[in-house]
Amino acid sequence: MDSLVQSRSLAPASAVADTRPALRLLTCGSVDDGKSTLIGRLLYEQNLIYDDHLAALERDSKKHGTNGAEIDFALLLDGLEAEREQGITIDVAYRYFSTRKRSFIVADTPGHEQYTRNMATGASNSELAVLLVDARKGLLPQTRRHAIIASLLGIRHVVLAVNKIDLVDFDRTVFDGIAAKFSEFAAQLNFTQVVAIPLSARYGDNVSLRSARMPWHAGPSLLDYLESVDVEPGVQGKPFRMPVQWVNRPNSDFRGFAGTIVSGSIRPGDEVVVLPSGRTTRVARIVSADGDLAAGQAKDAVTLTLADEIDVARGDVIAGTGNRPQAADQFAAQLVWMSSHALQPGRSYLMKIGSQTTIATVTELRHRVDVDTLGKLAAKTLALNEVGVCNIATAAQVVFDPYAENRDTGSFILIDRYSNETVAGGMISFALRRATNVHLQNLTVGKQARSALKHHRPAVLWFTGLSGAGKSTIANLVEAGLHARGVHTIMLDGDNIRHGLNKDLGFTETDRVENIRRIGEVAKLMTDAGLIVLCSFISPFRAERQMVRELLPEGEFLEIFVDTPLDQCIARDPKGLYRRALAGEIKNFTGVDQVYETPESPELRLMAGQQEADALANQVIDELVRRDICVKH
Amino acid sequence: MPESTMNTVAAQATMPVTPAAPLGDGLSPRLRRLEAEAIFIMREAVSEFRNPVMLYSIGKDSSAMLHVALKAFYPSKLPFPVLHVDTTWKFREMIAFRDETAARLGLELIVHTNQEGVARGISPIASGSSLHTQVMKTEALRQALDKYKFDAAFGGARRDEEKSRAKERIFSHRSAAHAWDPRNQRPELWNIFNTRIKPGESMRVFPLSNWTELDVWEYVRAERIPVVPLYFAKERPVVERDGLLIMRDDDRLPLLPGEKPRMERVRFRTLGCYPLTGAIRSNADTLDAIIDEMRTSASSERQGRAIDHDDSGSMEKKKREGYF
Ligand SMILES: Nc1nc2c(ncn2[C@@H]2O[C@H](COP(=O)(O)OP(=O)(O)O)[C@@H](O)[C@H]2O)c(=O)[nH]1
Repeated sequence: MDSLVQSRSLAPASAVADTRPALRLLTCGSVDDGKSTLIGRLLYEQNLIYDDHLAALERDSKKHGTNGAEIDFALLLDGLEAEREQGITIDVAYRYFSTRKRSFIVADTPGHEQYTRNMATGASNSELAVLLVDARKGLLPQTRRHAIIASLLGIRHVVLAVNKIDLVDFDRTVFDGIAAKFSEFAAQLNFTQVVAIPLSARYGDNVSLRSARMPWHAGPSLLDYLESVDVEPGVQGKPFRMPVQWVNRPNSDFRGFAGTIVSGSIRPGDEVVVLPSGRTTRVARIVSADGDLAAGQAKDAVTLTLADEIDVARGDVIAGTGNRPQAADQFAAQLVWMSSHALQPGRSYLMKIGSQTTIATVTELRHRVDVDTLGKLAAKTLALNEVGVCNIATAAQVVFDPYAENRDTGSFILIDRYSNETVAGGMISFALRRATNVHLQNLTVGKQARSALKHHRPAVLWFTGLSGAGKSTIANLVEAGLHARGVHTIMLDGDNIRHGLNKDLGFTETDRVENIRRIGEVAKLMTDAGLIVLCSFISPFRAERQMVRELLPEGEFLEIFVDTPLDQCIARDPKGLYRRALAGEIKNFTGVDQVYETPESPELRLMAGQQEADALANQVIDELVRRDICVKH
Repeated sequence: MPESTMNTVAAQATMPVTPAAPLGDGLSPRLRRLEAEAIFIMREAVSEFRNPVMLYSIGKDSSAMLHVALKAFYPSKLPFPVLHVDTTWKFREMIAFRDETAARLGLELIVHTNQEGVARGISPIASGSSLHTQVMKTEALRQALDKYKFDAAFGGARRDEEKSRAKERIFSHRSAAHAWDPRNQRPELWNIFNTRIKPGESMRVFPLSNWTELDVWEYVRAERIPVVPLYFAKERPVVERDGLLIMRDDDRLPLLPGEKPRMERVRFRTLGCYPLTGAIRSNADTLDAIIDEMRTSASSERQGRAIDHDDSGSMEKKKREGYF
């Protein structure tokens, strides 16, 4: 199908009256309920399929179709080769079409259970959902799930399309029963309008025209409804918000702030506040290539200049002074997990919200949401397609509105810092005040003062590497060498910590993250005391090492990679652990059935397979001297 | 060795002549929303990438995209260069239009040709459409992106153009080998784009993803954007081959025995290498007439492209290999 550009309707060009922005809608429902058939049918009836596509469709229907010789409209919509071969839709595909009254952008999302993530993606950009139900089957768990996700993502308008009504003899009681059940269920969701329509996608009843076979249905056909619904009341009336995307500085006389107005409107002379700094000023001009503008409104991409020279950068939000967005570094949010790598509470992710990017950690997973029932489930992590409610802490203040009030300023994504994968979509519920209540104790004797007593600077020497690489041996020699120089040290060693502080933790990925987090905090306290802290932990994950690095001021964390090849570690096997892991007696053993993520740019890499431990320890001490952490003798 | 020429003209931002009306007054709310979305995407890419470039194919989509970009960054000049991958088989009118546009708008224009391909004698006639496209377009583009170390490239592709594009992201990730992995795309939620890449990787960015062919033409009309005259109907010398009307733009196109170019009133819906681009018989010689014709057209725009005809999954295959 591809190009469903315009109706070759009989109307002259000027009759295309509707100039509203395209309606963005989402089709969802269980697999085989007839989504693809419905959209294909709609396009066909609207005469929106080009002759060459129709010819290809007839060809393809013979090759892949499920309807024998009949045209299989579903084939119009299935895109990628492999999925066409398998007969399933697996991703979000976007379709474009216009009727004489309106244009539409349709996000086509799959009905398979494991693809909640795609549905959430499609829903995030849609204003309306068409939820399909097979009249013979009624509401399925999937139907409820899709309704819940649509509601969660802020969709307020829903069409319940009761399809395949031909297969239940156009029976009104079947339709009424399904519609009643759905409205009972939907009462707990946040929809403002639910319209149920009985239809047959395959034969075209109530698709674009009202069907003579269902005289009992008084409502509109699907297309009539889609052409007339108003989904966008209110964004213009909302408070003014514009995230600053780009600072426009063609020369030293001009400083414009470019961004898209996400809600409200603005005129020159209006008073505005820049957040998070809180500075107020007025809008001087709204600059455009066609001359200055008298006003800008929601969804316009504009360039503003301000009356006062104040500091404004990408990531800031310009807002009206009346109703301001909030700024916080801790808040409650809902997350839809989108990665096959589960959420690790405590691990740091990148968070992108509007034009701002910062580091964020899930500090607490409060519960998982059962998307079939809206029930709360206890959880330690979120796996692919799971939805949860959590507390999040960010490194910088984030400017936002609750998602329920503003979809644009209340939504964010989380990105894995190493794979760059988008791992979650999030919606902020409210700010947590805890951050401002727990004031940090203001200490009179500071870190610097303590350190000054010792004639060396505090640091964390983080020895990472495989089991048996020689971390502890080298760390012990380094400590002895430092001690001999009068340097005040402490050693944190994996086994010792696990016998005490962390004896409640195991070796799952989640526990390993928590293990390292606690050690990081302890190490940090010790550097506050002015010590040089030697830590030797396998610490296989980059993200955790990064987490500790970020706890400490720049330059105080030294990652020392003890690089011994795996086969050599296995050959040494000082504690007999590899033998047991290889025999399957120990699970989650680094290097055997759990990965070791090699440091990308450690401060020091010790080629431990090739040199003696003494020489390696001297390399470490030399590095400390080079960095002015301690003196040579 | 690949070789490129760089042609930098005046540093002043210049806009095409438009009537002094307030922003978008001539635009319907629908086009205004599409324009704003494209501007948002471009500003996002310029903010987050070190070294972006705009791929300029000289066609109507490129013309519209370029126009949007000039508006997005006004009064600054375009904060990136414009790259044309020249296969040496483009219509002469396209090249003239390109150079005239670059001069008029003060663009930093980079023209890149795969000189190895030229040396090997690759041509649409001697080598066939698919090898020619592979070497002179796909490989040439990779060469240019590698040579200048661009980490993001804007393209004017629309999702309504072709099936595999319907599923492509607006920010579409490419591996260090420029490959697209349709199975492993990042979800795009709201309008928050994940722009993170590793060294050597890059992003293709499609600001016109949500536009349709008709939107482009209506935008061109509303904003009075100049386009290559080949889009308008005129008497042109054509030969008919495999159902395509091919214009003989120069005498590199050998005539088959008994074949004689005829003058016919034709125009082009898409523009590419002239031996691979089919014309349509048409009388539409104004924007209004083109738009009217489109509304009643019974075939899609890619119908005139030889490279898509192999089989319907062919575009996806090309893209996985790095075709734009
Ligand atoms: N009888 C009948 N069959 C239908 C109807 N709608 C869809 N189908 C059939 O149901 C099957 C699944 O449809 P499809 O559109 O692929 O479902 P999707 O997975 O939701 O996209 C196909 O064989 C269709 O022909 C309908 O209204 N009536």
